[in-house]
Amino acid sequence: MSDVATQVPARRAVEYRGGGFAPSPRRWVGFMVFAVVILLAEWGTRAGWISPLTLPKPSDVLVTFQDLYATGLLFKHLGPSLSRLFIGALIGVSLGVTVGVLIGLFSYVRSGMVPVVAAIFPIPKIALLPLFVIWFGIGEGSKYALIAFGTFTPTVVATYGAVDNVDRTLIRMGQSFGLPWLSIVRKIILPGAMPGILSGLRISLAIAIILLVAAEMLGAEHGIGAYILEAGSLYDLERLFAGVVILSLLGVLVSAAIGLVENRLLSWRV
Amino acid sequence: MDIIVNSLSHCYGSTEVLRDISLDIPAGRVVCLVGPSGCGKSTLLRFIGGLECPSKGEVLQVGNPPKGSLNPLTFVFQDFALLPWRTVQGNISLVLEDHGIRGAAARDIIGDTLARTKLSDFADALPKQLSGGMKQRVAIARALAVKPAVMLLDEPLSALDAQTRELLMDDLVSLWTRQPFTAVYVTHNLAEAVRLGHKVVVLSRRPGRLREIVEIDTPLADRAAGDAELEKVQKQLWNLMRDEARAADEELVDV
Ligand SMILES: Nc1ncnc2c1ncn2[C@@H]1O[C@H](COP(=O)(O)OP(=O)(O)OP(=O)(O)O)[C@@H](O)[C@H]1O
Ligand SMILES: [Mg+2]
Repeated sequence: MSDVATQVPARRAVEYRGGGFAPSPRRWVGFMVFAVVILLAEWGTRAGWISPLTLPKPSDVLVTFQDLYATGLLFKHLGPSLSRLFIGALIGVSLGVTVGVLIGLFSYVRSGMVPVVAAIFPIPKIALLPLFVIWFGIGEGSKYALIAFGTFTPTVVATYGAVDNVDRTLIRMGQSFGLPWLSIVRKIILPGAMPGILSGLRISLAIAIILLVAAEMLGAEHGIGAYILEAGSLYDLERLFAGVVILSLLGVLVSAAIGLVENRLLSWRV
Repeated sequence: MDIIVNSLSHCYGSTEVLRDISLDIPAGRVVCLVGPSGCGKSTLLRFIGGLECPSKGEVLQVGNPPKGSLNPLTFVFQDFALLPWRTVQGNISLVLEDHGIRGAAARDIIGDTLARTKLSDFADALPKQLSGGMKQRVAIARALAVKPAVMLLDEPLSALDAQTRELLMDDLVSLWTRQPFTAVYVTHNLAEAVRLGHKVVVLSRRPGRLREIVEIDTPLADRAAGDAELEKVQKQLWNLMRDEARAADEELVDV
């Protein structure tokens, strides 16, 4: 009998091979990467295999940061920077979305504007700062203009691409139910273009931060760019890095904010 | 309200798609359009619904649409065409909002049409949560909400599996029996045509011409599956279509 039992064919679980190709968020991994890099730098600078001229000690940067906070200097610099970023990006993005939608909707606007946008896209906007200073003055105006101009072009391109990609059958459907033109634009085209507009916004806002710093370096009393420039000219690496950390945090925050907006507005996506 | 198609022809560039089609669609009847693939059925439906202009001929409305009809010529699309960012009731309210119907009045209409299409429990679902058959029922509910005088259905059941199709055909028959509507129903499926059509219009291969019009007198409600009379009509239609398909095949060989 036991002989027969041993002849039963072996059973084993079917091998699983369906995994992968579906990245899902792992919150702590991002923090871990930062922590490891910072700890390595701390260890290196303490042990001496990274010279203090190459890289400041992360703990010193932290102390500088605390000073900055305690003296109130942090908000003196952050306040103007944030307001420049906000106003400049708001002007650029709203103009960009408007022009992008118009390009998406009207043949004449498309034929007229697409070459213009293609012509101004590759201009390094920083090169135009002197021009903006003449046009809008040395004060806030030229900084708003630079940031607005820099966010405008990528927003336009992302928006009209998104409008072009709206499902035509949905527009046909709107027409077949006799919806007025404005309703088709508001209720079908704009929501349908939203995913593309938001992913364009990620790029535009990163560009806005870069241009913010550039504008502040070329003439501002307060602001993160001015702070970094001052620290750099004194070779004060701790303060330089404190400024850079603020910029990085700003980038992470902006990206997280867009992520939140996407989760709210685009939950309908399959 | 009747619809008359008057010697309509159409070319896309140098391709002739439809040639001299004359057809009348009497109120309260379902007219099925069948024909080989690419013969211009969808195109003809777009002309009837005013989404495109024919190069020759015309489509006429006879009489006025019944009072209270918000959108006399209403489409039901093969791919549902629901807005994915709106819930089921949002999709229906979309076609009411611009007529100033909001709030309680809209809720009444939406509730009624959802009940008629057996979707009351899904009012707040998003399209991505629905099965294909349910999505098409939402599209039918949306069409009913505007009280159409004529429904234009372009292969509304083609994207669905056989069982769901059978169920939705029963739904359409019971909707019609309760309140007869006028419809032009484009389909590839001859079983659908003989089940739902009072009149089946057979188009020839491209350029689409009128090949034959078959009237079916059995009342919709009495058409059971396996009815000998219907089987005969279906067979007759199949013979017509097969000749067209074969001819189309031979044409390709000639090229
Ligand atoms: N917008 C268009 N521009 C050019 N040609 C078109 C256009 N729409 C349709 N056609 C052509 O017209 C012919 C008829 O198309 P139509 O979609 O009406 O056929 P159909 O009978 O609905 O076919 P099917 O049964 O496959 O849906 C096809 O040969 C198609 O290539
Ligand atoms: Mg078709």
